[in-house]
Amino acid sequence: MLELKNVCFGVEADGNEKEIIRNVSFDIPDNEFVVITGPNGGGKSTVAKLIAGIEKPTSGKIIFNGEDITERSVTERAKKGIAYAFQNPVKFKGLCVFDLLKIAAGKEIKISDACDYLSAVGLCARDYINREINSSLSGGELKRIEIATVLARACFLSVFDEPEAGIDLWSFQNLIEAFRTMREKIENSSILIISHQERILEIADEIIVIKDGEIEKKGKRDDVLPSLIGTPEVLGTCRNNVPLKGEPAVC
Amino acid sequence: MLKLDEIQKRLLREVADLHTVPEGAYNIRSNSKSIGRQSSANIEITPKTEVSGLEVHIKPGTKNESVHIPVVMTESGLKELVYNDFYIGENSDVVIVAGCGIDNCGPKDSEHDGIHRFYVGKNAKVKYVEKHYGSGDGSGKRILNPGTEVYQEEGSSVEMEMVQIKGVDDTNRMTKAVLGAGAKLVVRERLMTHASQNAVSTYEVYLNGAGSSADVVSRSVARDNSYQKFDAKIIGNAPCSGHTECDSIIMDNGRILAVPGLEANDLDASLVHEAAIGKIAGEQIIKLMTLGLTEAEAEEQIINGFLS
Repeated sequence: MLELKNVCFGVEADGNEKEIIRNVSFDIPDNEFVVITGPNGGGKSTVAKLIAGIEKPTSGKIIFNGEDITERSVTERAKKGIAYAFQNPVKFKGLCVFDLLKIAAGKEIKISDACDYLSAVGLCARDYINREINSSLSGGELKRIEIATVLARACFLSVFDEPEAGIDLWSFQNLIEAFRTMREKIENSSILIISHQERILEIADEIIVIKDGEIEKKGKRDDVLPSLIGTPEVLGTCRNNVPLKGEPAVC
Repeated sequence: MLKLDEIQKRLLREVADLHTVPEGAYNIRSNSKSIGRQSSANIEITPKTEVSGLEVHIKPGTKNESVHIPVVMTESGLKELVYNDFYIGENSDVVIVAGCGIDNCGPKDSEHDGIHRFYVGKNAKVKYVEKHYGSGDGSGKRILNPGTEVYQEEGSSVEMEMVQIKGVDDTNRMTKAVLGAGAKLVVRERLMTHASQNAVSTYEVYLNGAGSSADVVSRSVARDNSYQKFDAKIIGNAPCSGHTECDSIIMDNGRILAVPGLEANDLDASLVHEAAIGKIAGEQIIKLMTLGLTEAEAEEQIINGFLS
């Protein structure tokens, strides 16, 4: 489905080129649940942005369903079937939840459809569909609505950047359920999640560890996960906050 | 039966959401003449004799009735000054829909200056909707200069929706309100300017009665080479609460000057102003692009939502 070939990405800082991503290659087959993990600042979110087209690689190629999409815009990638959930959801004055879900679905939707998307992320639709997506919504609510927009898109590949951040334990279970349902509903679809959460890593088919802009480890969950448990890269379910770099996970 | 041509019908749809002749009391003014007028049992519309305009008398206790007084201009080069006075009886609850649409296909400027005065009786409730719209490809300008004065008696409530989204080249809006005890004023202004348009909107709200309140909020978008000035002043002369807000988006070479002003002349006057001007946040556009919209479509959605 998706292949990254020797992808590099750098930014200019103080007149010098700073490499954020170095020679990253991996592929996500159809019908696969992949989690990218690793320490903060290691380049995980940048990889997600490179896939969505928000950032363009300085070198390397991104192939989606056999097509080179490296030079394709965010819109073109979205239309080809890549969905992306922001780590920090964007607020819109004047746009309500129903509007955003309708745009995400790319067609006229019924209120009942909007209700289904919102229920899947643990929100009572009646209370939310007419709410403006502004600061009156809490961080957790915004996060869930963000995930609902990705559900509404029903894409071949859905990329979530730390979907669990700001979400409480009750809805965490719902979130995992939503990922499961998504995979069942869209045939051969794959999910890529950027996460530190042990509970998300536990349901992955494959885990990729990115550190200092490079792939440190990748492989099947059972091969990779045992070596991560108890390291700063992975959080137990009792912790919702991302620890500071180097801080051990506390359970 | 009142006959309207297609341009008149289009302008009426734009400014008053009218698809046909309205129910209830109305006056439709076209090219400086009244082409249809109807009073109702509780609402009487009569023409002024000394100057151009109307007197609208709403009987005390009139509930759930509406008055439509749209103006359309389709002849190039017309310039008119109109005075409309509204006397809203105590305890009534009415909707007043005004608005002006100018279609100017000629070389001369067309201008409508409407002065509306509202005398709102005790405990009366008014919703006032005023939409402005311009169209036509003539080189003559479409100019609208509305003046609005509101005098609110004790316990009355006025909600004003002022909308100008498209086609008006030059506008200078002056709104003044004087509120008695417990009176409440809510203003929602939505404005979009484009090309080389110029729009000035000035508010002066006097909170003279104890417990009076005002909430004046403008959302605007300035595109191309247009210019806007939003000047909102609330004067608290009694224990009262006032809030004014200007929230604006600038695009292209658009320019906006926001001048919020507060004057507290009573220790228990609580007044707040907020103003924010900026371009569309890049992340908003990117979010909508990740949902499959092009950059231009994303901008349109954001602007439409912002001005909705």
